[in-house]
Amino acid sequence: MTTPTRRRTVHSGGLPLAVFEQGDPTAPTVLLVHGYPDTHAVWDDIAADLARDHHVVRYDVRGAGESGVPADRDGYRLERLAEDLLAVADAVSPDRPVHLLAHDWGSIQSWEAVTAPGAEHRIASYTTMSGPSLDHMGFWLRHRLRRPTPRHLKQLLHQGLHSWYITAFHLPYLGPGVWRLGLARAWPRVLRDLEHVTPRADHPQRSLRRDAIRGIELYRANFRPTMGSPRERTTLVPVQLITLTRDRYVGTYLSDGLERWVPELTRRTLHAGHWSALLEKGATVAGMVREFTSRVETARTETGHTGETAADRPALDDGRLVVVTGGGSGIGRATALAFAEEGARVVVCDLDLAAAERTAELASLIGPPAHAYRVDVSDGAAVDGFAQTVAAEHGVPDVIVNNAGIGHSGTFLQTTEKEWQRVLDVNLWGVIHGCRAFGTLMADRGQGGHIVNVSSAAAYLPSKALTAYATSKAAVFMLSDCLRAEFVGHGIGVSTICPGIVNTNITRTSTFSATSADEQAAKQARAAKLYARRGFPPEKVATAIVSAVRTGKPVVPVTPEAKAARFLSRLSPALLRLAARLNVT
Amino acid sequence: MPPTATANPAFRYTERDLARFRETQQLAYHCAEEVAAWIEPGVTERQATAELRRRLVAAGVQDFFHVPFAWFGDRTAFRHFHTPLQFFAGNRRLEEGMPYVLDCAPVVDGYTADIGFGGKVGENRVWDRLAADLRVYRELILAEVRARKPLDEVYAAVDAQLAAHGYDNRHQVYPGRVIGHQVTRTVARGPAGVNVLGFGVRTLQTLGRELISERLHGRSPLWADGRSSRHAPTPGLWAVEPHIGFRGVGVKFEELLVVTEDDAYWLDDDLPHVRRWTATTEQAAVPTAETTPTAEPTATAEPTAAQEATR
Repeated sequence: MTTPTRRRTVHSGGLPLAVFEQGDPTAPTVLLVHGYPDTHAVWDDIAADLARDHHVVRYDVRGAGESGVPADRDGYRLERLAEDLLAVADAVSPDRPVHLLAHDWGSIQSWEAVTAPGAEHRIASYTTMSGPSLDHMGFWLRHRLRRPTPRHLKQLLHQGLHSWYITAFHLPYLGPGVWRLGLARAWPRVLRDLEHVTPRADHPQRSLRRDAIRGIELYRANFRPTMGSPRERTTLVPVQLITLTRDRYVGTYLSDGLERWVPELTRRTLHAGHWSALLEKGATVAGMVREFTSRVETARTETGHTGETAADRPALDDGRLVVVTGGGSGIGRATALAFAEEGARVVVCDLDLAAAERTAELASLIGPPAHAYRVDVSDGAAVDGFAQTVAAEHGVPDVIVNNAGIGHSGTFLQTTEKEWQRVLDVNLWGVIHGCRAFGTLMADRGQGGHIVNVSSAAAYLPSKALTAYATSKAAVFMLSDCLRAEFVGHGIGVSTICPGIVNTNITRTSTFSATSADEQAAKQARAAKLYARRGFPPEKVATAIVSAVRTGKPVVPVTPEAKAARFLSRLSPALLRLAARLNVT
Repeated sequence: MPPTATANPAFRYTERDLARFRETQQLAYHCAEEVAAWIEPGVTERQATAELRRRLVAAGVQDFFHVPFAWFGDRTAFRHFHTPLQFFAGNRRLEEGMPYVLDCAPVVDGYTADIGFGGKVGENRVWDRLAADLRVYRELILAEVRARKPLDEVYAAVDAQLAAHGYDNRHQVYPGRVIGHQVTRTVARGPAGVNVLGFGVRTLQTLGRELISERLHGRSPLWADGRSSRHAPTPGLWAVEPHIGFRGVGVKFEELLVVTEDDAYWLDDDLPHVRRWTATTEQAAVPTAETTPTAEPTATAEPTAAQEATR
């Protein structure tokens, strides 16, 4: 079912570039730019898939495949490469801006074109994989060297260890020699064993050795000059960043703070390696590109132009789907709104349907349309049904936040069996059901995802007055730890959130063992007052959850007291065991 | 609670007094509407308050309970307010899509009005939603005061409604966390038109005297959520100013509530925000009634699309 490929030659800077076109020329154009040491052939799967509804254009970058070879190192400078890209774009789509998809070095040179002034008139959207802008990298590096915090040093060390080949390529003779003396011949095995790419007949290309040796000039011509004195390069082009979780060459945190340069940034994650993303998961990548281009095209036809977001407009759909349980109030509502504000489509569920609908309404005001459902998370069958409904009507979620929970206070001897049941049903079983139902969906889809379980500081802070509650939350904590180990193979991250004392209505619904209705109301009021006086807003927990999903942080204590308790629980558990004897109610 | 608190003072205003208060309030809202029609993107907060003051003085205003305020953009929701000085009009320029709030308190012949006027320039869906929901608070406050609930409980009821709506209480940012304050006919002799930290000298005189005398009766002329507001609504006139916020948008109204010994009512219903609500209700009454999804008592997932936000 592959569409015929039309070949043409475009001249740029005195060099002939081999250009390959597929699909309907009247459809939106997608321009694919390959990396090192590939040729246009690395896009075969993705091009065939996209050609169904796009005008797909690929070309061999200068020095590779069938394109011309620059005479000297200067010919490999980013400026030249960006000129090539725009020359091809002008030749194949003179009237309409093109959508870009680029990988590795193709991505580095595309950044050069995308961050040039006025790029938004020629480039409609840009999907980037495994190739940061060298200017942005320069600032990234500089920032970390100037503020050598332990985290920054770890990132520098990690990326340094993964960039050894860049240094090697700068040494005379070594790089070309290695390619000549056998690496080119061994390349299929490298791809198979290290990159988990199934061998195929026509890949790698016959010209690999030649392409690889010439391409070393890309590194030599650009790395030191650009990263040594980076330029402030921003862009108005909507950018979709696909982070590959198993990429051996480009660390996931290289994109930290990219929003500074790209106001309209969409982040996606794909559980794949540097090459397996293209050669094994082509259909998934094509799907992400299709979603992004259609969204940008819709926005273009609606507003007549792109590259402009008015302050009062709701955030553009970033393609993510987020499910929040217990989203009718408190941390759940704040989390749903925080994700909506980032542009995620949000589905909230709650026992209180009216409250969930209110959250959906507010989320729709600041983000893409949101939806609400009534679900009792303690009912396994209901949660399964909910997951199936979500999958059928909205798709497989990228993030599930298991937030629904209830408070309960009472010593062990005071707490009745029924109270135990209720607390464990909601706080523990609710999370188990959510993880199972949505975790299965995510694992089956195979594109990774993220599970957020809202535990509590009580998970590691024992107290005789919170036996049932703390037990349920500690179980959620351990559940998340075990789950993380299992789901890492599926590219699904798991974060445990331990908020601490946050001003929400959990105090109004908390129950107290061995109290009359009046006493209970008084205790609820007293707890509510304490929580209100503490005054820690749920919005800050929501911010912590959003950033945990982005960074994949495993355990996140939020309030200062939750952090202090976590520290104490590791420094001196005996001290906390003593403190557990205090009567806190 | 001191025993004296049970003895409520009598309502002391005549119909003529009320008419004068109503006139002053109309005048204030009229000037605010004029300024709202006048401002456009590019105008600063300072320019807006100067214009407001100019028009009020031209209309015969002699003194101000407090200086006129104008807040633009996320300052309408008092975001990042840390000191009281931040209430004063600044150099923020109005932009397309921004919400704004004008707040002024003119005094004519000692009759004081204190009003708040919220608006927006161009399209802002969040503002539309907030401004429509503000109506709930006007009705809620009146119903609670009519039931003669203690003022701190009315405040708590407003807070509960804010939590249900998913909004923030922004009146808690005002000095004293007040949602309202008593307004009397000022008879002070201090210099008119002179202000200390934004409040007129005569205001401070009157307010100071009130604070002391009311305190002696276990009441407060300031309406907040603390212990000092734990008393039934004091008969008299209250300027009530629920201020609600969501993200970077804040909306408020402020108008006079008449509290008598056994009843309460809003001094005037012919005000811009009330007219806006009546207009939208009439519009909404023309198409078919909205379909409300019924909550399923079973645990099955019941899909309901989010309500289309009003344009």
